[in-house]
Amino acid sequence: MGGYIAKRLISAIPVLLGITIIVFLIMSLIPGDPATAILGSYATPENVEKLNRDLGLDKPMVQRYFIWLGNMLTGDFGRSFSLNRPVLDEIVERFGATLVLAGTSFVLCSLLGILAGVVSAARQYGAADKLITLVVLIGISVPSFFLGMMMILLFAVELRWLPVSGMYAIYGGGDLPDLLRHLIMPALALAAVATGVIARLSRAAMLEVLRQDYIRTARAKGVRESRVIWGHALRAAMVSIIPVLGIQAGFVLSGAVYIEIVFQWPGVGRMLVDAILKRDLLLVQGGVVFVAACYVFFNIAVDVAQAMLDPRIKT
Amino acid sequence: MRVFAALLFRNRLAAFGAVVLGLILILVLLTPLLPLPDPDQTSTGDRFLRPLSPGHLLGTDHLGRDLLARLLHGTRLSLAVGAAAALIAATIGSSIGIVAGYFGGRIDNVIMRFVDMLMAFPYILLALAIVAALGPGLMNALIAVAAVNVPFFARNIRGIAVGLAGREFIDAARLSGMGHGRIILTELLPNVLPVIVIAMSTTVGWMILETAGLSFLGLGSQPPQADLGSMLGEGRSALISHPHTSVVPGVMIFLIVMSVNLLGDGVRDALDPRLRSGALSRPQAMTRVARTGAVPAATEDLLAIQELET
Repeated sequence: MGGYIAKRLISAIPVLLGITIIVFLIMSLIPGDPATAILGSYATPENVEKLNRDLGLDKPMVQRYFIWLGNMLTGDFGRSFSLNRPVLDEIVERFGATLVLAGTSFVLCSLLGILAGVVSAARQYGAADKLITLVVLIGISVPSFFLGMMMILLFAVELRWLPVSGMYAIYGGGDLPDLLRHLIMPALALAAVATGVIARLSRAAMLEVLRQDYIRTARAKGVRESRVIWGHALRAAMVSIIPVLGIQAGFVLSGAVYIEIVFQWPGVGRMLVDAILKRDLLLVQGGVVFVAACYVFFNIAVDVAQAMLDPRIKT
Repeated sequence: MRVFAALLFRNRLAAFGAVVLGLILILVLLTPLLPLPDPDQTSTGDRFLRPLSPGHLLGTDHLGRDLLARLLHGTRLSLAVGAAAALIAATIGSSIGIVAGYFGGRIDNVIMRFVDMLMAFPYILLALAIVAALGPGLMNALIAVAAVNVPFFARNIRGIAVGLAGREFIDAARLSGMGHGRIILTELLPNVLPVIVIAMSTTVGWMILETAGLSFLGLGSQPPQADLGSMLGEGRSALISHPHTSVVPGVMIFLIVMSVNLLGDGVRDALDPRLRSGALSRPQAMTRVARTGAVPAATEDLLAIQELET
C-alpha cells in the first residue's frame, strides 16, 4: 500500500505542473499591456519600458513561467494590491473557512446520498423509492444559490431559527455552537445537488449488487434482511460509489463559490470573485493554483481509499 | 427516428420535461410579439410593485422595470447562451476526441494528457480563471463555460472513437483509398453522432445553470442586460424586503434545468445501446457498395478473387 501511495504521489507531479502551465497560459491571454495599465495613458514610452523591465515582462514567456513557478515553490505567491498583504497568507486563511464549509457539506451529502440510495434500492418501486426519486429530481435541478436564498427567507427571516449569513456572530460569537448555527444552512444548500447525484448512483449501484447470486445465497441462509442490505450489499456497492464521491467533492468545492456569496461566508470562493471584480489577478492566479493543487491531492486520497476497498485494483 | 420518438415519449418523466421545455420555448420565441413593456425601461416611481399589480403581472424590480418582460427576455438570453455553449463545447470537444481516438498512438497520448490536466481542476476554478483573464461579460462567461466542458466531450468521444477506429469498416474505407479526413467525416462521425447527442442532452442543463451562475456572481451579463442569473443576483440585494424579485427568476431557472434534465435523461435512455432500449443501431459502414449484377456464388476456395477492378 505504501508503494501505491508513493506511486500516486509521484504521478501527481506532472499534473501539478500542468495546472500551473494552464493557469499561466490563461493569464497570458489578458489583453493589453500591464505597464500601460498601471501608468495610465499619459505614460512616456521610456517609463513603460522601464516598468516592463522592473516587472520582468521584457523576458521571454518560458523564462517568465519558470520565475513564477520558482517563486511559488518557495512560498512567494506575490502581493495582492487590493488587500495589500501577501497572496499566500490570504489564501490560507480563506481556504480554512472554505474547508469547514465544503468538508461539512461533503460529509453530509455522502451520508444522506448513500442512505437515500440504499433505502431507495432496498424498496425498489415502493413508496419510499418514489418519494426519494422525486426529491432527488428536485434537488438536482434547483440551483444551489437559489436554494440558499430561499432557505434564508424561510429559516432566518420567517422562522428566525438560524442566523442569516456569515461564519460567526459579531458580538459574543466565535465558539463551536455559534459556528455550527451559522454552518447549517450553507452546508445543506451546498450539499443538495451532490446528495441527489450520489443518491441516484448509489441506488443504481445497489440494484446492480442486489441482483447477484451471493445476495440470494445470503438471504437463503437466513441472514437478516438489514444485514444483507447494509453489510453484504452496501460493502460491494461502495466500490462503485466511492469514485462518484470523489467527483462530487469537486462539484461541492465548485458550488462553494456560490454558497459563499449567498451566505457571506469568508471563504476562498468569495475571495476569488471579489478579486476578479477588482482585477487583482495575482490573487486570482494564486488562489486557483492553490485550490486546484489541493484538489489533486484529495483525488489521490480517494484513489487510495478505493484501492483499499477493492482488491481488484493492483497496488 | 420514429422509434426514437416513441421510446422517448413512453418515458412519462421525459414527456413531462419535453412539454414544460416546449412551453417555455414557445413563450420565449413569441416574446418579441407579445405586448410587453421594454425590459430595460426604468420607472423609479413604480419600484418593487408586488406581483399581480395592474399592468405588471409579475410586479417590478428595484428600478421599476417590468419583471415579466425581463423574465422572458432573460430566459431567451440564458437559453441561447447555454445552448451556444453546449454547441461550442460539443463541436470542439468531439473534434479533439475523434482525432485522438482515430489516430491513436502519440497524438492520442499528448492530447489526452492535456485533457486530463484540464479535468484536474474543479470546473469553476477554470471558468473563474478564464473570466478573470478575459474580463467579466456574457460573451466571456459563454467562452468560459464552453471551455470548461470541452474536456468532458473529448474524453467521452475519444473512448467511443478508439473502439470504432479498429473496426473492419474503417479498414475497408482505408483500403478503398479514402484519406483520413474523409474517413473521419463520412465513416466515423455518423457513428459517434448519437453519442455526441447523448452527451449534449445530459450536459446542456448544466451549462445553462453554469452560465446563470457566473451571471449571478456578477461575472456574466452586465447591466442593464438581463439574463436569469443576473436577475437573481440583483434580486438578492432585496431578498428580505421584496422576495418576489428573486423568486421569479429562480423558479424559472429551476423549471428550465429540471425539464432539460428530464428530457436529457430520456434521450439518453432512448438512445443508449447499453440500456437495451435499442433505438441506436450498431456501428456500421456509411459508404454503400455500388454493386453491378448479383452477388457471385460462393466457391470452395478460402479466398477467391473474380474480375478485379477499380
